[in-house]
Amino acid sequence: MTNNPMGFLDIPRKAAGYRSRDERLHDWREVERQLPEDQVRRQAERCMDCGIPFCHGCGCPLANHIPEIHALAQHGRWREALDLQLSTSNFPEFTGRVCPAPCEGSCVLGLVGDPVTIRNIELAVIERAFAEGWMKPRPPAARLATRVAVIGSGPAGLAAADSLNRIGHHVTVYENAPRPGGILRYGIPEFKLEKAVIDRRVQLMRDEGVLFECSVQVGDDLSTKFLFSRFDAIVLTGGAREPRNLTVPGRELSGIHFAMDYLRGQNMRLDGDPVPPRYDISAADKRVVVIGGGDTGSDCLGTALRQGAKSVLQIEILPEPPATRAPSNPWPTWPLIRRDSSSHQEGGSRRWAVTTIHAFGCEGAVSGLRCAGVEWSPGDGGRPQMRIQPDSEFDVEAELVLLAMGFTGPRKNKLLQELGVSFDSRGTVIRDAENMTSVPGVFAAGDLARGASLVVRAIADGRATAESVHHWLANTAMKR
Amino acid sequence: MPNDDQPAQRRPEAQGLYDPANEHDACGVGFLANINGQTSHQIITDAITVLCNLVHRGAVGGDAATGDGAGILTQIPDALFRAKTEVIADRLPPADTYGVGMFFMPQDPAARALCLSAVVEVVKDETLGFLGWRDVPTDSSVLGGQALATCPVVMQGFVDGCGLAGEALDRKLYAVRKQIQARVLPLLPPGQVFYAASFSCRTIVYKGMLTGGQVSGFYRDLSDTRYASAVAVVHQRYSTNTFPSWELAQPFRFLGHNGEINTLRGNLNQMQAREHALASDLFGADIHKILPVVDAGGSDSAALDNAVELLYRGGRSLQHAMMMLIPEAWGAKYPIGPDQRGFFEYHAGLMEPWDGPATVAFTDGRCVGAILDRNGLRPARYTVTRDGFIVLASETGVLDIAPENVAEKGALRPGQTLVVDLQKHRVMKNVEVKGLLARRHPYRRWVEENAITIQGLFGAVAPIIPDTATLLQRQRLFGYTREDLDVLLEPMASKGHEAVGSMGHDVPLAVFSEKPQTLYNYFKQLFAQVTNPPIDPIREQLVMSLMTFIGNPANILSEVPGHARLVKLQHPVLSNEDLRRIRNLNSGEFRTHTLQAGFPAGGAGAALQAALLQLAQRAESAVYQGENIVVLSDCGLASDETPIPMLLAVAAVHRHLINKGLRTRVGLLVESGEPREVMHVALLLGYGATAVNPYLAFETVAQMALDTRLGAITPAKAIENYIAALGEGLRKIMSKMGISTLRSYRSAQVFEALGISRDVVDVYFTGTASRVGGIGLDEIAAEANARWCAAREPRQDQMPILPSGGFYKLRKDGERHLWTTETITALQQAVRENDYARYQTYAALINDQTHRQFTLRGMFAFKAADPVPLEEVEPITSIMRRFVTGAMSFGSISREAHETIAIAMNRIGGRSNSGEGGEDPERYTILPNGDNRCSAIKQIASGRFGVTTEYLVNARELQIKIAQGAKPGEGGQLPGHKVNAEIARVRHATPGVTLISPPPHHDIYSIEDIKQLIYDLRNVNPGSEVSVKLVSELGVGTVAAGVAKAEADRVLISGYDGGTGASPLTSIKHAGAPWEIGLAETQQTLLLNHLRDKVRVQVDGQLKTGRDIVIGALLGAEEFGFATGALVCMGCVMMRKCHQNTCPVGVATQDPKLRACFTGRPEHLVNFCRFLAQDVRERLAALGLRSLDEAVGRSDLLETNEAVTFWKARGLDFSNVFYRPQTRTPPRCVNPRHIDLGDTLDARLLEQIGPAIEAGEKIVTHSPIRNVHRTVGTQVAGRIAQKYGHRGLPDDTVVMRFTGVAGQSFGAWAASGQTLILEGEANDYVGKGLSGGRIVVRPPAGADTSGDAHTIAGNVLLYGATCGEAYIAGRAGERFAIRNSGAVAVVEGVGDHGCEYMTGGRVVVLGRTGLNFAAGMSGGLAYVYDEDGLFDARCNLDMVDLEQVVSEADIAELRGLIERHAAATGSARAATMLAAWDETVPRFVKVFPMEYRKILGQMMREDEQTARQEVARD
Repeated sequence: MTNNPMGFLDIPRKAAGYRSRDERLHDWREVERQLPEDQVRRQAERCMDCGIPFCHGCGCPLANHIPEIHALAQHGRWREALDLQLSTSNFPEFTGRVCPAPCEGSCVLGLVGDPVTIRNIELAVIERAFAEGWMKPRPPAARLATRVAVIGSGPAGLAAADSLNRIGHHVTVYENAPRPGGILRYGIPEFKLEKAVIDRRVQLMRDEGVLFECSVQVGDDLSTKFLFSRFDAIVLTGGAREPRNLTVPGRELSGIHFAMDYLRGQNMRLDGDPVPPRYDISAADKRVVVIGGGDTGSDCLGTALRQGAKSVLQIEILPEPPATRAPSNPWPTWPLIRRDSSSHQEGGSRRWAVTTIHAFGCEGAVSGLRCAGVEWSPGDGGRPQMRIQPDSEFDVEAELVLLAMGFTGPRKNKLLQELGVSFDSRGTVIRDAENMTSVPGVFAAGDLARGASLVVRAIADGRATAESVHHWLANTAMKR
Repeated sequence: MPNDDQPAQRRPEAQGLYDPANEHDACGVGFLANINGQTSHQIITDAITVLCNLVHRGAVGGDAATGDGAGILTQIPDALFRAKTEVIADRLPPADTYGVGMFFMPQDPAARALCLSAVVEVVKDETLGFLGWRDVPTDSSVLGGQALATCPVVMQGFVDGCGLAGEALDRKLYAVRKQIQARVLPLLPPGQVFYAASFSCRTIVYKGMLTGGQVSGFYRDLSDTRYASAVAVVHQRYSTNTFPSWELAQPFRFLGHNGEINTLRGNLNQMQAREHALASDLFGADIHKILPVVDAGGSDSAALDNAVELLYRGGRSLQHAMMMLIPEAWGAKYPIGPDQRGFFEYHAGLMEPWDGPATVAFTDGRCVGAILDRNGLRPARYTVTRDGFIVLASETGVLDIAPENVAEKGALRPGQTLVVDLQKHRVMKNVEVKGLLARRHPYRRWVEENAITIQGLFGAVAPIIPDTATLLQRQRLFGYTREDLDVLLEPMASKGHEAVGSMGHDVPLAVFSEKPQTLYNYFKQLFAQVTNPPIDPIREQLVMSLMTFIGNPANILSEVPGHARLVKLQHPVLSNEDLRRIRNLNSGEFRTHTLQAGFPAGGAGAALQAALLQLAQRAESAVYQGENIVVLSDCGLASDETPIPMLLAVAAVHRHLINKGLRTRVGLLVESGEPREVMHVALLLGYGATAVNPYLAFETVAQMALDTRLGAITPAKAIENYIAALGEGLRKIMSKMGISTLRSYRSAQVFEALGISRDVVDVYFTGTASRVGGIGLDEIAAEANARWCAAREPRQDQMPILPSGGFYKLRKDGERHLWTTETITALQQAVRENDYARYQTYAALINDQTHRQFTLRGMFAFKAADPVPLEEVEPITSIMRRFVTGAMSFGSISREAHETIAIAMNRIGGRSNSGEGGEDPERYTILPNGDNRCSAIKQIASGRFGVTTEYLVNARELQIKIAQGAKPGEGGQLPGHKVNAEIARVRHATPGVTLISPPPHHDIYSIEDIKQLIYDLRNVNPGSEVSVKLVSELGVGTVAAGVAKAEADRVLISGYDGGTGASPLTSIKHAGAPWEIGLAETQQTLLLNHLRDKVRVQVDGQLKTGRDIVIGALLGAEEFGFATGALVCMGCVMMRKCHQNTCPVGVATQDPKLRACFTGRPEHLVNFCRFLAQDVRERLAALGLRSLDEAVGRSDLLETNEAVTFWKARGLDFSNVFYRPQTRTPPRCVNPRHIDLGDTLDARLLEQIGPAIEAGEKIVTHSPIRNVHRTVGTQVAGRIAQKYGHRGLPDDTVVMRFTGVAGQSFGAWAASGQTLILEGEANDYVGKGLSGGRIVVRPPAGADTSGDAHTIAGNVLLYGATCGEAYIAGRAGERFAIRNSGAVAVVEGVGDHGCEYMTGGRVVVLGRTGLNFAAGMSGGLAYVYDEDGLFDARCNLDMVDLEQVVSEADIAELRGLIERHAAATGSARAATMLAAWDETVPRFVKVFPMEYRKILGQMMREDEQTARQEVARD
């Protein structure tokens, strides 16, 4: 199909946008809207069908065939677009909702104007498919004799399981939480990704033959010996969920929580599952400080507002990013610019270049933070150096402090220890060019092996690892 | 001057990349005759004069005295022989009963003795009497060194007919000569020559390695007054090589040929295939003695002579033979009668045309004549005198004839012939000759009663119902990709045209691709450059034909009605219906047999080989069983069979049947799912298929239509469109090679293999060049099996879609590219931040091809050497002076981009290239900051847009663009909507009017023509260098040698993969060869020819890094060009949308909004050049070299990278690329030529005129002029433009009067203020590039040669004229006012293709025009006097309307022009018209281009804003 060569000149970018603030703050449903079909098609016409599509070649970790999907979408050829989409991507309904869209950051149109709304179009393709009933189970026609265990059901685990299952392997997914989805379910708030979307996909995978075993802590509930006896290959996809801690005086005060625990609690609550005390945290009627200016922090902000927080302040240690690309950050690299998420539009306030000196409180409960402004300057080896600004200290009152400062790597749980996989200096699992860990037959995928990153990278890595597993199994079978 | 440094050698054997088979020649030719058949010595004297006056059309070799060859063919000088053969004379029987053999004998006495006795023996064996030998008196003191060293002993042998006489004796002598050759040649020691220049009782040939002036000096017989003849054919040769070759001098035994046979390989193949079937009562049992028909080692012209000889000796008249071999075009547009059409169609089934530019002069001693090719691509001017004499030659004025003695002056027109019957004492013109021939037999009725027409019987194509259940699987089986559908098939099925793309080719060669490649991708199309012109397949489509026949008879010696029993196809693409009908013919004479072309799936090369052998044998036995149509089919193969690559199957069967002598007994059809691109069909036909049914492509486009992908187009219409696109594409591929008819394209093998092993090529593609070897049958089988696996055993997780392809646009799962997100990003950041380390990152990404190969040079490695310190290597600044940017026109890229490049290149002392499209004179002024926007290189391309005198004088280098890498052999066009006011001004065109660049330069149809154009350019700007841009292909080295001999200063070898311009995708992908091979071939050939030290060599084509440059230098280049890299530096991100005007970075667009997005700066390009130069320095240091000069030609420093282990690359062998000929000629340009124009007529006149120009004063000169005075007036024009710019001087300031016959290019680029008045006549190219001057050509006083019957000027007048006036009081030749954009001209008659591609100006034709008037005419107006009311039949109405001249303004304009013509020329015709004005006006037709009309309506609100639509780059 051919594209509209003039679309990018004639049609302005129009993103799907969000439901009104007043409306969305009173429910947990997804805040982002979806454009009507005719507008999606118009937006797809903006695609220039580049000779070198940087979106596909540089931006998208899955290498989605974005220009071709756009060409099909603009002609309303949704079914063909779907086939093309599914040829590179297991779960467009996830990335279509939560991906920060590095494709759009490298869209050639971004050189001279606003990039194509690639993520919106991706979502339109897959939701159209679900709405039309095209997403029927497609179990493999022939089953292989091989069995694979996938440990973890986050984006990498689901992608690995899905890919391996389609090839024909018997796949069992083990998840220690009550429901599958990993960070998709327990990390990302409902208002960004409704859990029904995950349930829909998981049901599809079950119908296609993937077995899900939840609330199973492999290593505790199942021995590794059992695993090796039952499975021909094991794929570890446990993520990199060890949160970076705040190491300041007062950290021990109650009311200071890791963001992931906070988000998980809210997600479990919405699932109707019992919420263990560790996660049972509420911001209702509290003054909240979120430490960390990233996506997790912003998710905490939106969650806290919906829970009825009195106020929310998000602080970030780095300086405020520029509104547009700095010269050192040229296209097609990911634009390091200030981004305002839907949550930021909903309320709360943000401060940059702020560090935490200590927490204070009374009766063991936090009541505030002592903060200070910082300055950044180029240091040795290009690594920026931070310096506390003199006389910049200030206090912030808070009954709830959420730590969203990133992750340090995988949890070294019993499973990993028993398997004896090796770790690198960053704490992630070492694997070879074929994605296998130091233990034969044990593979690793996603954040566990890469460090914390985007959902889309986890999916891409899950796919790639599935391919490695398949080749390894095929070759091993031959050797047998 | 003999030069002991250059040991005389015969033509070298093939070595390295040099192959003597690639040589070309062309020249001047002519004949003289006494119409009454009276013999005289005067004919000989005159013939020598003609030769001398054609010397400038020939060439001399490296030693400046050795001619390329010249000679004369006359009747037997019986009186001379009786007087000069003392011993023999007494026994000499009467004339016509004895034969004379003219022999070149070996110098070596022993070898000579062997030859002498062989001759005598064979003569006696054939029951003739041998009378004796005569040593032909020669004077070798006139010879040049190389000619002398190889001079044979020339001897005449006399043979008694022993009762045979005349034709019967000659036929016997033919058999004798052939047997002598067969006997002697195998015994001849190497280096010795034996050759029978002639052996006849009627004609004799004196020729040799001579210049025209040396002929009579060498052969003393010719000065003997007893040497008398009624006829003489003369020839002066221009060869692309410099090697002495006495036997390739012309004339041959019957003819002299000026031009080139492009279809030679096909003609030879088909002739060979016919040999077994030849039979004739005239020969009887002797027929086997004349085989092979075509002598080995001859030239194309020699082969043509052999073919003529066969047909003539077989009983046809000479003119009949000529018309079989060089038929005129007889398509629907030609006004010829049914009898003639019948004649041509009958013979079309018998003999494919020997196609190419040709003026052939021929004689058998009893008649003499000449014929022109169907395109009229060579000139042939004749004069008939009142005293019964005729002279015809490539030029007029070669013999002085008093005006009052002239009875008629004329020119042969395309496809025309003229024959002088010396017996009947009359000149027979074209109509008479053909009329007589056409009625020898009832050919028309034979054809009507016998031909079986298959196509079009029932109108439209029957709809196809695709088998959707298996479609995807079958598409996978034949390697279809999504791109095949989206990019290739969809435009063909929806629009009927091939798609256009841009920005060249950066994917791996097929042999390096990890994706299974179809075998087609291992072949590259050859194309015409310099030695013959490509044809315009659109505007000159009328000369082309895709008609083809099944069932052609092999015995071309007989003439019976049954020869017309043929299946006739209008084109070679068979619909499913067509194929079904052919299969249903299965009764009577035509019986069809289908053979399945498969081999066991998973089988290796041996299995494939066995299957091929079996296939060929089954075809053979089918023929023996009387089947005469064999269909090779891969339809419905068993599931465990892999389709044999159809090209291989066809080639194998075709070759096998030829070897068995059976090929002509069977039509070979293809029913295959594999072919889908035009290239695929072209290859199948080129290797022997008769017609092709691409059933899966049909099904695919039908399915696309059913899927509503093609809008409202129905499946049947989609197939029709697809077939139409294939036809158009085939015409284009043929036209690139200058081939007009499919019948002569078939099995012509005009391809070279790239990446196929010689073993495979020799067996199946015999005769095809494969210069670096490559894959064998194992690899071919493996690729086919990979497709089988993808189709039959797909992974179940695969979506039901085809693979992406990724060939035209980057896809991560598709084909690999060199320009990627990483390389572009790295390069852009490097040049913007001036970051050499980043450049090195970029360069490493490009260079490291050890693990993933793209290019041939990726397989090269530098040999280990002792490095030198970096600081000893020449500095960056001197290296950068060798850098140039590629030709990109203003119009194809934005003004911003164009000027930025020029500024950058001027800053570093390199050179930027204007491209084809003129240059704004404002840029000739230096900017206040010292920057210079003037492009140092000014390009002269076929469209000649903006090529004014001022443009030419503002150049340091003038570059003739023969071809461009992206689409060699093709023209281009800039659609009107992209021609905004600024572009139009610079190109001297009208805003909004489409500008078409023709495929050929219309002043270069042959090698001697480029010599003329180079000479023209030197005259206009003596201070500039002249370069010629060629594209790498097989034989480019010999073309480069020819160009060097044409006295160019520089030759540029472009790779096929470069090219920023928009081109048909199949041309980008399939035409031309990598520069590595072309450059190495050029270096080797120039060295072997001792020419390398006289020219500079430049290379371009995807040069990206310092490594590329150093490899280029080691292979022989001194200078280096970049285009894509330069654009990337300035922001290009390889959108590949240049043709759509939507470039988002403002580089390749004229849209003001997008141009504003341009961010490139001169510094970016300067940084790139500095990085490259630094990279070069580092590599030179590592190689132990201190300068690029030291590196040039050091291919011994290269070796194959042994680390490459890619399975398909194993068979590659670069020894021929690295080969260095043993010669003492310096490997680089150390003796550049200094061309002295001081001795020209113009220079002498300039001495008088120069001061007047300086002072701006009026001056008038008078001089006699002759045809050897070429390009007269042009030095004067250059001087005017230098001083006064385009505006020039006031009218008639410099008036130059001439009397006589002007040589070529009279008044070229004449400038404003200059008036040239010629009393007499002119040759070709009058007023070329006219830039404001006035040219008058009128007959001499007293001569009655006015009006449209008398030719007064040659072909291609006013080519690319921008302004000025021309008044021609007589008829002009073909292509009058071609690509005129502003000049005003009045002429009294024109040949074919008048006003072709005209974009502006006015032309008035007071008499008849030829065919195809106004083809491609987009602007300007023409008024044509339509006396017979049939002008509309001769006009190409595609782009013009014909109107009456009714408006006052038009009438006034027309009258004004005719009045001026009358005043300037004294034309009687003009006076008559003006006298009866009221009766004259209604007979005029106004030729009004539709586009121009539209523009005139819009002129008031001329819009700078450019529409954004498809635009083709030129």
